[in-house]
Amino acid sequence: MRLLLAPAVVVLAVFAAALASLFRWSVLEFVPGSLQTGGLTLANFRGVLAPQYLGAIRDTVVLSALTTALTLVCAYPVAYALARTPSRRLRSLLLVLTLAPFFTGAIVRTYAWVLVLGNTVVTWPVPMLFTERGVLVGLVHFSMPTMILILAAALSHIDPVYERAAASLGASPARVFRRVTLPLSMPGIVSGGLIVFAWTLSAFPTPELLGGGKVKMIANVVRDLGLDSFNWPGAAAFAMLALALTLALLTAVGRLSASRVS
Amino acid sequence: MILRAAVAALVAFMTLPTVVVIAVSFNPTAILSFPPAGFSLRWYENVLTYPQFQRAAVNSLVVTGGAVALALPVGTLAALALERGRLRGRNVWAAVLLSPLVVPGVAAGLGFLILAAALGLLRSRSVLVAAHVALVLPFVVRSVWVSVRNLDPALERAAASLGATPWRVFRRVTLPLLRPGLFAGLLFAIVVSLNEFVVSLFISNRVTEILPVAMFTYVVNYTDPTIAALSSLFIVATFLVVWLADRYLNLGRVFLQH
Repeated sequence: MRLLLAPAVVVLAVFAAALASLFRWSVLEFVPGSLQTGGLTLANFRGVLAPQYLGAIRDTVVLSALTTALTLVCAYPVAYALARTPSRRLRSLLLVLTLAPFFTGAIVRTYAWVLVLGNTVVTWPVPMLFTERGVLVGLVHFSMPTMILILAAALSHIDPVYERAAASLGASPARVFRRVTLPLSMPGIVSGGLIVFAWTLSAFPTPELLGGGKVKMIANVVRDLGLDSFNWPGAAAFAMLALALTLALLTAVGRLSASRVS
Repeated sequence: MILRAAVAALVAFMTLPTVVVIAVSFNPTAILSFPPAGFSLRWYENVLTYPQFQRAAVNSLVVTGGAVALALPVGTLAALALERGRLRGRNVWAAVLLSPLVVPGVAAGLGFLILAAALGLLRSRSVLVAAHVALVLPFVVRSVWVSVRNLDPALERAAASLGATPWRVFRRVTLPLLRPGLFAGLLFAIVVSLNEFVVSLFISNRVTEILPVAMFTYVVNYTDPTIAALSSLFIVATFLVVWLADRYLNLGRVFLQH
């Protein structure tokens, strides 16, 4: 039986080899103008904190935090409807409409927002395309399906009896929501929020196309350094930063859900 | 009532870009406008006759076909081992098998680029296939694992006790019972691989690039509605797949319960 895992181990070994090369190059010295490298160094990681990149790191953290908050607020009502509607037809419709963007690729989705934000549909009172506002709209749209699914799963585990009990004891619908539904759905809110935050930290196509080179997040810096400047060691150090941040947050999600089970 | 209005508005927000893309794809002029000034299929014609898209479409078929053909059997065997193998540290194995999902695209992409350069494989589609296999494997493992868990081993024991060889039991009992999971895994693998962009951007060039990468390059360089037409084709295909999956697999069951 254990031998059945062997092919999968081979696939994962290739993947691990790619990540190992990334790590190796992140500690090699960059020789400008060539793909040769010098000796071992930590200079690439110091380069991550160079003044010209601090803006990108700050933008990444701020945009990720805003995206998480906005996505939570926008996804909650849809998830609630999805979890609680008695009609199978409505649930199917909501599910297909929410999941379809999940399945349409990043380029199609992002290009669609280029059209919407670029004054083709409506004329925006403030510039949207190639600004942080526009990138934020695209990121929220991108994160919605994931968040809706996580919240809907959490909400469908709450027995509606609790809400009915609170209501029958005289609580207003707003109070029932604030004191019963919201606290009971907290596990979903926390893991959904962490997962969306982790994903947005390494978002690439959305800031690349909707930011138009004016808004840079960490992943865009990795692309610029790696594919334009051929500074693979510098790009690798940035990619390691993205990897470390994402893994740390997702480990936190795993810890939280594990501690709840036990 | 307020909830209903909010849900309607949010679903509209989710679908708005799709509607706009499809509308713009029929626009008769190269200058984008909404609602379209008329009706024309010239951008669809452009999609089908643009040589770079033809080349990229072939690459997409080769890469996705190769990756799925490898990932489906590999993932199925792994799922069987996870559920049946009495492995020590099963949770660790599961986490390792699903780990490509949590690695940021730029990290995996740059890693594969450096690895491919070291191996002298930069001009080959094999790097793309290798990367795609790893990226779709978690989806196959997860889908098939659900089916293995729901499979009653008594059915296999019954077949074996009636004299079927282990291979015959696998082919005639196990595989047919795993069909829903295999189908879902296949579907996920195809959709994920066809749409993969970030990792592929790092490890392809003009000769080996797949459709999403070719589309990205086109969007960056031109502004006409050709991409709207190609995107519309993608969207229609995806909607059909998701709708069919919901009909036959009951997506609600797959996604809303554990």
